[in-house]
Amino acid sequence: MIGIGRALPGRCVTNDDLSKIVDTNDAWISERTGIRRRYYCAEGESANSLIIAAAREAIGNAHIQPEKIDCVIVATVSGDYVTPSVACLLQAALGIRENIPVMDINAACAGFLYGTAAASGMLQVCGGRYALVVGGEQLSRLMDMTDRSTCVLFGDGAGAAVYERDDTTNLCVDLGSRGGLDIQIQGAGSPEPSVIQMNGNAVFRFAVGVIPSSLNAVLEKANLTMEDIDWVVCHQANARIIDHCAKKMGAPEKFYKNIDRYGNTSAASIPLALYDMYREGLLKDGQKVLAVGFGGGLTWAGALLNIHLGVTE
Amino acid sequence: MDFETLKQVIVDTLSCDEDKVTMEASLAEDLGADSLDAVELNMAIEESCGVAIPDEELGNMKTVGDIFNYLQAHAE
Repeated sequence: MIGIGRALPGRCVTNDDLSKIVDTNDAWISERTGIRRRYYCAEGESANSLIIAAAREAIGNAHIQPEKIDCVIVATVSGDYVTPSVACLLQAALGIRENIPVMDINAACAGFLYGTAAASGMLQVCGGRYALVVGGEQLSRLMDMTDRSTCVLFGDGAGAAVYERDDTTNLCVDLGSRGGLDIQIQGAGSPEPSVIQMNGNAVFRFAVGVIPSSLNAVLEKANLTMEDIDWVVCHQANARIIDHCAKKMGAPEKFYKNIDRYGNTSAASIPLALYDMYREGLLKDGQKVLAVGFGGGLTWAGALLNIHLGVTE
Repeated sequence: MDFETLKQVIVDTLSCDEDKVTMEASLAEDLGADSLDAVELNMAIEESCGVAIPDEELGNMKTVGDIFNYLQAHAE
């Protein structure tokens, strides 16, 4: 990873703000989820605009020109159009060249790492050196604002990374899926409204089972142990899922959390966490990050990310 | 699983006061457990004694005694 960027929409929504819309309160939300605020798109903002802005920053941060990009993958479930993909419109907006693979991936909260794995494969098959992978969502337009068990959880945002192919090592990943409807958003035109519905207990069980096993699978493939890892970044769905897994894996001090600031931003949460770590000076050149995403599908994806970011400007 | 073992599992999982864990203690009101705590507790019990309580059954259990009695009835 040689470049990183992010974009947040303009409207900050605190727990107190939500308590005016649904029967909830700050203590309930923060104790049970770790979330204190999240951002919703304001007038003129959308999933696409956030994703394009995050990508632009990541390319600038990588100090390369957009025409150097050899593959564009966007992970999202909330793009502005079903077709064209967000990736195609991002390509056009940033002047990225035409004869390269450009597509969206629907792997929900595991999407950023699924996208990272897909980009690595694309670079191998299609040739090329630099891949742009973005995770971004506008979940605020897919929420049932009368369901206090879900609407407090999610937020909008986008995070982007530029990867450079490493000819010396292969990307180590662990991808999987356990098909089922425990997290669902019905498609446009369905009899029921297109909003996020979730079986929280089942998802919690799934997550706390699959996170440690996926992290361990990646470590094994990379022939590393937790001691070799500088940071663990889990998809930010619920602070308690992360705490549970941190305890189980040992080394809880390596598990980064920023869910308090953004809520669950699905495919955006992992690059948003990496971005904050970078800006806070925690993420340094040469570090190894073990990342894991999990969510709708139910999908999961673990990956080892080698950080080669420049000094923060 | 004897009561002392269950008590220890509950104290470890919910980080609650040992003295509060009695047969009559209410999971929600006395021990502050919400639905995700209940799932965590359920997994910890399964790990400790091998008995898996279905999540829907657990949803009906109000007290520590309810869990203890279920485990007694379903012990191998």
